[in-house]
Amino acid sequence: MTVTLKKMHFDAFVNHACSVLPNEACGLIAGRLESGAAFVEKIYLLTNTDQSPEHFSIDPKEQLAAVKDMRVLGLAPLGNVHSHPSSPARPSQEDIRLAHDPKASYLILSLAQEEPVMKAFEIAGGAAAEREIKII
Amino acid sequence: MRLTVAGTQKDYEDGLTVAKLIEIENVETPAYVTVSVNDEFAASGTFETTVLKDGDIIEFLYFMGGGQ
Repeated sequence: MTVTLKKMHFDAFVNHACSVLPNEACGLIAGRLESGAAFVEKIYLLTNTDQSPEHFSIDPKEQLAAVKDMRVLGLAPLGNVHSHPSSPARPSQEDIRLAHDPKASYLILSLAQEEPVMKAFEIAGGAAAEREIKII
Repeated sequence: MRLTVAGTQKDYEDGLTVAKLIEIENVETPAYVTVSVNDEFAASGTFETTVLKDGDIIEFLYFMGGGQ
């Protein structure tokens, strides 16, 4: 599956992630699923209730509000996004252990290098596989 | 009674608990599900005893977290 993300959404999450450093940032992505491809139409910048550089938990109240907003807008929930402030853009063992939706796209933004790097993954059966990501 | 579950109205038997609704709706990995009833989150230990009533609005949310 390919995940297509608009540059403005990418930039918004980079800004969000930088604004909460040294902690991890998190959010949700929503949009359309067409012919097995995911098109992100909206990104929700949410609160990491862990307030930690190494962990994140999405605020359930904000998650609930986002789910309702998606329903009003007719958008499909596509997955979530979080940042790794100082490690590569790949799922950690904790990311894999806590991923419960095999259909979802899990986007990870790494801020470990000078240039931010975002990658997308699917996680199922205790394993992660990279999905193609297009930022347009 | 009529409930709104994940945005869809459906009819259920009276006296339904949150735990039974999770079972009826075949909610996947229920151990990681948070349930809101009328925008109030039900504590996970109360699913068996929380009885739903006509008109309630229920959402199932999956815990989303991780770490680097």
